[in-house]
Amino acid sequence: MTHLRYGGRTFLLEVVMIVVAVAFLFPVYALITLSLKDPGQIAESPLSLPAPPTTGNFGAAWSAAALGPSLANSAIITTVSLVALIALGSFAAYFLARAQTRLGYGLYVLFLLGIVLPFQLGMIPLYRLVTDLGLIGTHAGMIIFYTGIQLPFTVFLYTGFIRALPREYASAAQIDGAGHLTAFTKVVFPLLRPITGTVLILNAVFIWNDFFTPLLYLGGSGYETVPVSVFAFVGQYVSDYGLVFAGLVLGALPIVLIFLVLQRYVIKGFSSGLKG
Amino acid sequence: MSVSTQPSTRRRKRRSGALSPPWLFAAPALLVYAAVVLYPSIAGVVYAFTDWSGIGDMSFVGLANFQAMLGDEQALGSIVNTLLITVAIVVVQNGVGLLLALGVHARIKSQTLLRVIFFAPVVVSPVMVAFLWKYVYNPAPGAGLNGLLAVVGLPSQDWLGDPSLALWSIVGMVVWQNAGYSMVIFLAGLEGVPAELHEASMIDGASTVQRFRFVTWPLLAPALTINLMLSTIGGLKLFDQVFAATGGGPGYATETLSTVLYKQAFVFGKFGYSTAVALVLALFVAAVSFIQLYYLRSREVAQ
Repeated sequence: MTHLRYGGRTFLLEVVMIVVAVAFLFPVYALITLSLKDPGQIAESPLSLPAPPTTGNFGAAWSAAALGPSLANSAIITTVSLVALIALGSFAAYFLARAQTRLGYGLYVLFLLGIVLPFQLGMIPLYRLVTDLGLIGTHAGMIIFYTGIQLPFTVFLYTGFIRALPREYASAAQIDGAGHLTAFTKVVFPLLRPITGTVLILNAVFIWNDFFTPLLYLGGSGYETVPVSVFAFVGQYVSDYGLVFAGLVLGALPIVLIFLVLQRYVIKGFSSGLKG
Repeated sequence: MSVSTQPSTRRRKRRSGALSPPWLFAAPALLVYAAVVLYPSIAGVVYAFTDWSGIGDMSFVGLANFQAMLGDEQALGSIVNTLLITVAIVVVQNGVGLLLALGVHARIKSQTLLRVIFFAPVVVSPVMVAFLWKYVYNPAPGAGLNGLLAVVGLPSQDWLGDPSLALWSIVGMVVWQNAGYSMVIFLAGLEGVPAELHEASMIDGASTVQRFRFVTWPLLAPALTINLMLSTIGGLKLFDQVFAATGGGPGYATETLSTVLYKQAFVFGKFGYSTAVALVLALFVAAVSFIQLYYLRSREVAQ
């Protein structure tokens, strides 16, 4: 279809697609317009444009949902987990991709098993372990959790990419006298940039939005991430849609803005990453 | 690299075993993976056969948890719901995703903007999407979706409160959020279909439908496999949207395996029973994964 000229049929398709997109955006229209109305305006005409728009909901939601501290918690947990995932994942994958031994293959299969296992199976034993270690309600507990739970997928992506790289780069460096560590960090790792981007994007979106485990580990601790804070906030103000929606807009805004700026890379990461 | 060095590098390459990195490179990752995934999962399988309540000792009860599940209306209902939700999500999300992909793959002027719009919900937290849709599904006549239905003269629905409708309403919000994900994977597949094949089939007089059926569709198989796997596993594990929108209600109408195992553990303190439900979920996911893997393998052989 792509090679056709822009003719009547393509114009018709364009119109249909735009109508579909407008319908698709209806929930977003409701989200934004309601966040700009006071309760009286919402009761009177829920679906009209806000006249006049009020911005009071945003300030109230920001403090009621404790969004400042939550954004900081989410940012810390996501960033440190990503650094740990990239460091541990790429090192492990370098061994798994290059080792031509049974041990290497066995370990690779062991890591792949983690992609299939639903985390719910280990949920309670892990909860017990994290409690015993005193890591409930801490950033460290969440960071270790995300590193462990996302390593299989990270290792899978890195291993596939490294296998497709020629061995000569590292071999040349080692012939020149570099050790394995130097050969990897100075020569191989910089070559992994495309897949590191994919690893970064997919893991960042997952960790930033994850809900179940932070609800268990961080609920009521004062170290809640954004989804957990928003969940508690909505539960408290459920009937005040203007306030609730202002909270949702503010809670979703950081990741949506990052997506809009990096949309090309994000979409590419999501569409290519899973092919390995 | 100069010509004279080539023979020596070749010789080195042949004994590349000596140049393989040491296994210590994998040790830190293995340690964290073992602590967070392997040990808890193995312990989970053991817990599923105990009566542990979160405190005190645990004793082995054999298959008692699984027998109890057979008499537990909530657990059995959640298995049926989970399977219904999964089938509905797989069919609708991939159907919509494919149509969107075909639409924005055509040479329309708004294609970049439309891709961004359809994909955007994928990056937002499912909990927040569920709260947004809780308003869209507001039972009040003038609000949300009912407000739109009123414009075209259709009656209001209690989307999340009507037990016969609630499950499908959940499917609707999940599809709205994830159709863009299926779309971009199908798009990657469509971009891999060579233009020459389309041109050749056009010269041979193939219609648009024939071109899709005989040229595009077979080459979309890898994208379809990935999409089927992702949406199936996502459907089986569904928790956030249900927990935020209905909490499993009304009654047990939207209860899934994940919401039941959550409640059994953290509301009722039945940790052994909860883990048995988790094991059932794991078996479903494993079965689907192995079928997909088998299918992938057999297709690789065929190629």
